[in-house]
Amino acid sequence: MTAVLSTHGLIARYGDFQALYGVDIDLAEGEAVALIGANGAGKSTFLRAVMGLLRVAPDMVRLKGQPIGGMATDRMVQMGISIVPEGRRLFTGMSVEDNLRVAVDQAQRMGRKGGWSLARLQALFPILKDKARTPVESLSGGQQQMVAIGRALLCQPSVLLCDEISLGLAPKVIREIYAALPEIRAQGTAVMLVEQDVGLAQSASDRLYCMLEGRVTLSGRSAEVTRDQIGAAYFGGSHAVV
Amino acid sequence: MQWFDALVQGVLLGGMYAQYALGMALMFGVMRIVNVSHGDLVILLSLIGISLASSFGFGPVTVMVALVPLAVILGWLLQKAILNRVVGDDPLPSLIATFGLSLALQNLMLQIWSANSRSLPGGGIESKSIQIGGIYIGLLPVIVLAFAIGLTFALDLMLKRSRFGRALRAAAADVEAASMTGINPRRVYAAATAIAVGILGFAAVFQSLRSTVAPADGGAQLIYAFEAVIIGGMGSVWGAFIGSMVLGISQAIGFRIDPGFGVLAGHLVFLLVLATRPQGLFGKG
Repeated sequence: MTAVLSTHGLIARYGDFQALYGVDIDLAEGEAVALIGANGAGKSTFLRAVMGLLRVAPDMVRLKGQPIGGMATDRMVQMGISIVPEGRRLFTGMSVEDNLRVAVDQAQRMGRKGGWSLARLQALFPILKDKARTPVESLSGGQQQMVAIGRALLCQPSVLLCDEISLGLAPKVIREIYAALPEIRAQGTAVMLVEQDVGLAQSASDRLYCMLEGRVTLSGRSAEVTRDQIGAAYFGGSHAVV
Repeated sequence: MQWFDALVQGVLLGGMYAQYALGMALMFGVMRIVNVSHGDLVILLSLIGISLASSFGFGPVTVMVALVPLAVILGWLLQKAILNRVVGDDPLPSLIATFGLSLALQNLMLQIWSANSRSLPGGGIESKSIQIGGIYIGLLPVIVLAFAIGLTFALDLMLKRSRFGRALRAAAADVEAASMTGINPRRVYAAATAIAVGILGFAAVFQSLRSTVAPADGGAQLIYAFEAVIIGGMGSVWGAFIGSMVLGISQAIGFRIDPGFGVLAGHLVFLLVLATRPQGLFGKG
């Protein structure tokens, strides 16, 4: 399979601090790939670097083979990469519908076409219809996460990056959100899941990468990697999961 | 009757203040950019308008037709050249940059137009009035109020209903998240500042028809605009309009109490609102 999104020796820094040391990760069309690792391993930095929020060289990030590294974030969206950011980052002071409409507007402006519409999204997450007129800040965490995912999908992405979408949510809500994944993938959208929950990451993905201190320490088919392998890659050295 | 007259005159004065306040409501209230040169831009545009009128014999309507597009371009340039470099979570850089701009503009205007007060000849419209039940109502202030209502209505509708308005509100809420949704925040901000300064094009024509303008007058307009936005509540366009009315009525009633007390009365009401309802009349939280 050809990669829709790939990184090649991706290096990123925050000032003098180097956060990524040559990361090679790829995603194929319709594939779900998990990115796991401890806090500070560089997962969110990786997503920020891909989205053009950190300075990187053009050749380090490729979309369908084209070098796009370091382009402005809105251009990344225009080319088909969307992100569900850490902490959701909804537009406060605006209703649920207006939050989603912003994405619809921009997709229209950029001429991006795809299978997602407001109506289809509301069918996937009915709460988005029931609470359409509610200000986003008065929604529960899980409902806000649905808005954030909806907003990213309405940009009609070919690649969807999800940063810790299960963080702080109840197991029931997490299941509800992850249940939407097959429908998203059926659209041909490649999904990258950055996850803290290793078990969840493994079960929801085709392949996984594990990062440690800015490097990829393990990659493989999610169904095939063992708990011991993940434990070693996650913590480094010869640690194992007990 | 005297007090009712003060109320009517206050509302009409508020119409003028609303025209300063609308641009401020957009820039300060929504985008959280502090533009200290707001008042100086009104004066600059007024003086350009007056020069156009005296050089080419333009009437007030022609001056307005020329001045509003010029103001739009000026606003766009202001954002592109200066404000986009300093915009961010910290309001201090934009404050300092526009403070510098304010000083530079005032001195530039002194250089070009000298310190003399000037006004725009209105061909008699400025002195026409109608009498309703013992109260004289100036025709020009009524036109000013009508324009203020129209502009407020249009700006509010644009913010709430248009694609551009949603993009602007999104960028104001979270610039980075807005760019993650495909918005180019710099372009949206440039357009918003163009609109904010464009409205000052209308204000400039009416200001110089109603009274005189001199290069150092910008400070008062800036203060009135700030006060109106804060009285009304940040982020609310109609709030800024109502805030302008409150300010206008306070000043008009103050003038009736004592001619020296008018402007101070406006400031006192502003302080009263700040002390008792710091989020403004229409502000949330």
